[in-house]
Amino acid sequence: MGPQHPSTHGVFRMNVALDGETIVKLQPVFGYLHRNHEKLGENTGYLQSMPYTDRLDYLCAMTNNWAYALSVEKLAGFEVPERAEYLRIIMGELTRLVNHLCLVGFLFNDLGTSFTPLLYAFREREKILDLFEALSGSRMMVNYQRFGGCRVDPTPEWLDAVRAIVDRFPRFLDEYETMLTGNEILLARTQGVGPLSPELAINAGLTGPVLRATGVDYDIRKVDRYGIYDRFDFRVPLGDHGDTYDRYMLRILEMRETLKILQQALRDIPAGDIIAPKAKSRGLRPPAGEAYGRIEGPKGEIGFYLISDGSAQPYRYRVRPPSFVNLTVLEDMCIGTTIADAVVILGSIDIVLGEVDR
Amino acid sequence: MSSTAELLDHLRARFPDATLELVENPGPAAQHGLRLDHTSARLIATYLREDPAWQLDYCSNVSGVDWIDREETEKVTTTVTAEDGSTAEKVEKVTRTIPGYFEVVYHLYSMARKTSEPVILRLRTANRTDDTVVPSLTPVWRSCEFQEREVYDLYGVSFTDHPDLRRILMWDEFKDHPMRKDYVEPDDYEYEPTPHATVLERAAKHYPPASPAEEGSQS
Repeated sequence: MGPQHPSTHGVFRMNVALDGETIVKLQPVFGYLHRNHEKLGENTGYLQSMPYTDRLDYLCAMTNNWAYALSVEKLAGFEVPERAEYLRIIMGELTRLVNHLCLVGFLFNDLGTSFTPLLYAFREREKILDLFEALSGSRMMVNYQRFGGCRVDPTPEWLDAVRAIVDRFPRFLDEYETMLTGNEILLARTQGVGPLSPELAINAGLTGPVLRATGVDYDIRKVDRYGIYDRFDFRVPLGDHGDTYDRYMLRILEMRETLKILQQALRDIPAGDIIAPKAKSRGLRPPAGEAYGRIEGPKGEIGFYLISDGSAQPYRYRVRPPSFVNLTVLEDMCIGTTIADAVVILGSIDIVLGEVDR
Repeated sequence: MSSTAELLDHLRARFPDATLELVENPGPAAQHGLRLDHTSARLIATYLREDPAWQLDYCSNVSGVDWIDREETEKVTTTVTAEDGSTAEKVEKVTRTIPGYFEVVYHLYSMARKTSEPVILRLRTANRTDDTVVPSLTPVWRSCEFQEREVYDLYGVSFTDHPDLRRILMWDEFKDHPMRKDYVEPDDYEYEPTPHATVLERAAKHYPPASPAEEGSQS
């Protein structure tokens, strides 16, 4: 199945063995989008990799930027000014909204609802992308974070526009849920489909909503408290059964928590520098050493492992992609189900092939 | 440092036969690592996962690193005794070549204890050429399965007891391992639709110009 199948979310292939309509074996095949991102990262300067991280998970460019900036800051020992930390949280949480909207919309598409829920979701997503474009010059390839801060300071009008979106968003979510969450087709096709045990989820290194749907309370925003997440009051929603329905519902609940974080961040954001005066971006030569930095991306833990030998190019540049690792248990979730269910299960894991294949 | 050094002492007491080594990280991040030997690696990994004090149940990241041969210059002071019996100190610069190796780095966290600093395990191959084998930790942490396959694919490190060691990102027929530092890209790519000078040059080297007779027949 694939790589040109419309519901494989990109060029992804599954070798599936069937008994009648039941899946007995499933092997994912990767690499159709492989361009050896890590090798490119080792042959360019530190700053030059920043716009390239946008192309990993192209729905979540802001969080990819953030994870990379965080790792380089660990490697070089830079501080980040307060306003930049707030901006990062605003951008990161807006990205979470964008990603979860896409996921929910595409999940309904996989269920065969012919685009209407997807376009409702995309209508809201586009408003956020317009803001990203106004700020950074690009809807998706934002290239916004810098080592020790951010690139552009938003105007008060821009922040007001975010406030307007945040204020209206709960109404959209309510409307969306009224129409879709109780929908008979959704319940029949997702409840009890592709369940996952918490033990296997932990052992297989799953992160993000896929892990929390199994009931494991692990959110790096709470665990690492990177940036200034310890100042914010929000809950971590957890699932119960680890099935596709829980994975869907968790995204909706996370969007509501994200709105809480955004409200607090927009209320408290201080004036000040957006980039640390001591931080250096161009021609950066971090001291010899290594660092692994990670953040809670919308799909799970996105991390960068960097080794510096003191030169202007990283000796080792490694991306820890969340959706690549989350695919480890695809076979375990799909065995015993049908092809139609495998499509929905794959949709609920939330993969982006730019990141899986790198 | 403290927690890694603590862990090292603890493991040395628990596994007296194992060869363990602290790999220090001089950078500001100060994430130090532990180097394990091949024979006890899986035993120690299982212990770290199960032991209630550590509970490292989550292996987040597996990276391959290619350490090429590097030269290290050291100042060696030798005492020279002259013929008349007086001694003098002589300082010499000695250059040593440290042979290269591949390293596989595992970043571990505990989901049960919610740790925020990684415990880093490192496995090294004997060299970069004929003995590039390390034990697989996939039987301990399933999350290593695809990531170890990626290290195998891009670096050519073999993992013993890996359940399904195949190429993962490159295609099966591909030779060589592109993430190695000394990897040379092949020159036999097909012509690009809009040939750049470098590509044409490479292609000209690979496909020697045809003899005049053939050229005539082609045009």
